[in-house]
Amino acid sequence: MTKEEIKTSLLDIISEIVPDEDVNNLEGEGAIREQIDLDSMDFLDIIMELRKRYKVEIPEDDYPKLASMNSSVEYLEPLLANK
Amino acid sequence: MVYDAVIIGGGLSGLAAGVRLAHFGRNVCLLEKQPRLGGLNSYYTLKGRQIDVGLHAITNYVPRHIKTTPLPKILRQLRIPYNDLELFPQTISCIRFLDKEINFTNDFNFLLQEIADKFPKQIDQFVKLSKSLSGYEGYSPSKEFISSRKILHSFLSDPLLIEMILCPTMFYGSSWENDVDFPQFSILFRSLFCEGLACPRGGMRKVISLLKEKYLHCGGELKTNCQVQKLITSDNQVTQILLNNGEIIKAQKYISSIGLPETKTLCSDLPLPKKLLDQKEEARPGNLSFIELILILDTPPVNYGLKHTITFYNDTEHFLYQRPQELVDLKSGVICCPSNYQIDNPSTKEGMVRLTHLANYHLWKKLTREEYQQQKEFCLKRSQEKTLKRYSNLEKAIKAQDIFTPLTIEKFTGRINGAIYGSPLKAKDGRTNIKNLFICGTDQGFLGIIGTMLSGITIANQHILY
Repeated sequence: MTKEEIKTSLLDIISEIVPDEDVNNLEGEGAIREQIDLDSMDFLDIIMELRKRYKVEIPEDDYPKLASMNSSVEYLEPLLANK
Repeated sequence: MVYDAVIIGGGLSGLAAGVRLAHFGRNVCLLEKQPRLGGLNSYYTLKGRQIDVGLHAITNYVPRHIKTTPLPKILRQLRIPYNDLELFPQTISCIRFLDKEINFTNDFNFLLQEIADKFPKQIDQFVKLSKSLSGYEGYSPSKEFISSRKILHSFLSDPLLIEMILCPTMFYGSSWENDVDFPQFSILFRSLFCEGLACPRGGMRKVISLLKEKYLHCGGELKTNCQVQKLITSDNQVTQILLNNGEIIKAQKYISSIGLPETKTLCSDLPLPKKLLDQKEEARPGNLSFIELILILDTPPVNYGLKHTITFYNDTEHFLYQRPQELVDLKSGVICCPSNYQIDNPSTKEGMVRLTHLANYHLWKKLTREEYQQQKEFCLKRSQEKTLKRYSNLEKAIKAQDIFTPLTIEKFTGRINGAIYGSPLKAKDGRTNIKNLFICGTDQGFLGIIGTMLSGITIANQHILY
């Protein structure tokens, strides 16, 4: 997947979890959880949706790398390179 | 084949657990004894009308823009859009003790004003109490029972106010007599007073069918009319389930929503000392059961002056929330008028009143068939006389009625003693002494319709998904 595809997929996942939020205005920098109301259960759901859709396993130690949109895309790019 | 998980009991907690597991691709099977789903909160048909049974209200109601409370949380977890529930908020409800009345709406400030007007010396302390409750983490497991009565006494000095605040939280979920476990009190206080009451269009059927459709759409397997005969255990693990029809079902993990003592009776061989929980006392069946009367009226009860959505009342000096010494305790109870939710275009011009009182299962159980019928009739009549006398002519508007006793409750919910709020001891973290058997729902300890769904979600998340 390209960076752009990863970003689109992430936005799709987030908007499925929080259908009432406008995810298109999410800034690349800055924590996602500070821009829209996501609690820790929602955050874990993002991880589980990635696992469900792309079979990627993200170890708990790496969760902080998924804080912002940009850092998430950076982190996921090598993992999703062949997907 | 071996399922990833089998869920016993198709009530709201079991269904919610099932939706989570199925959504994330787990191979899951849900077993329900009855032909209809819903468990403690379901519906039936009385002369062509659909009538809800179980709790009178969806508590935890918040408007759509609030995101951080249990209702929006469970909707996100279940991927159900807020608007799909079509919730209609209550108008006004009240707690009435003799001639003192505290009204409350879905606006917490209204309650504060009521307390300030009616208990002026208590309002500052009441505000302190509500602030301390808003920071309390009622959903995190604590093992020992904490007396809410004691904590309320440390804040408030007027015993009447303490009783009046405890009353609704007891009636809407306490499995302890004359008290509430404090974490549960904090959940109930917020869900009833800080958040609020509502009813979905179409009642419980709406909630149940949303969950059922979601579950099936995600690929979950559903078996209704399916009674479990035994959980076969060996070496502290459930190895398989034997159904009444002789079928055998196997899974990696098992979730039971049918209650702790009820689950225990299904286990073939419990690890010594034959307890399901690692606690001093074993979970025993609860003592508290209820009768409920359904009255169908020509026109909505508001036409007779009954304007409250829910009324919690007590007509004695000392309110007792305990198993009564007689068949029914008519000195206190709950009056619910489903037609007093703010429903747009209601589907009927009729009205309905539901009356709930504490009842003694064991005394009902002792009656002969004939006595049982007589007592049902007698209770219907006595309860109406007692609770409706202040609304003139309302009795003349009754065109159909029905009554459930603790035996009816036991028959349809499977709860021993008809104890709908289950065992006083809860499996708060969902674990049992059997490694792959988990508890969700009433006997896990989250209360109310939203609470029980959160219970199923939490147990599925923590013990299977995460």
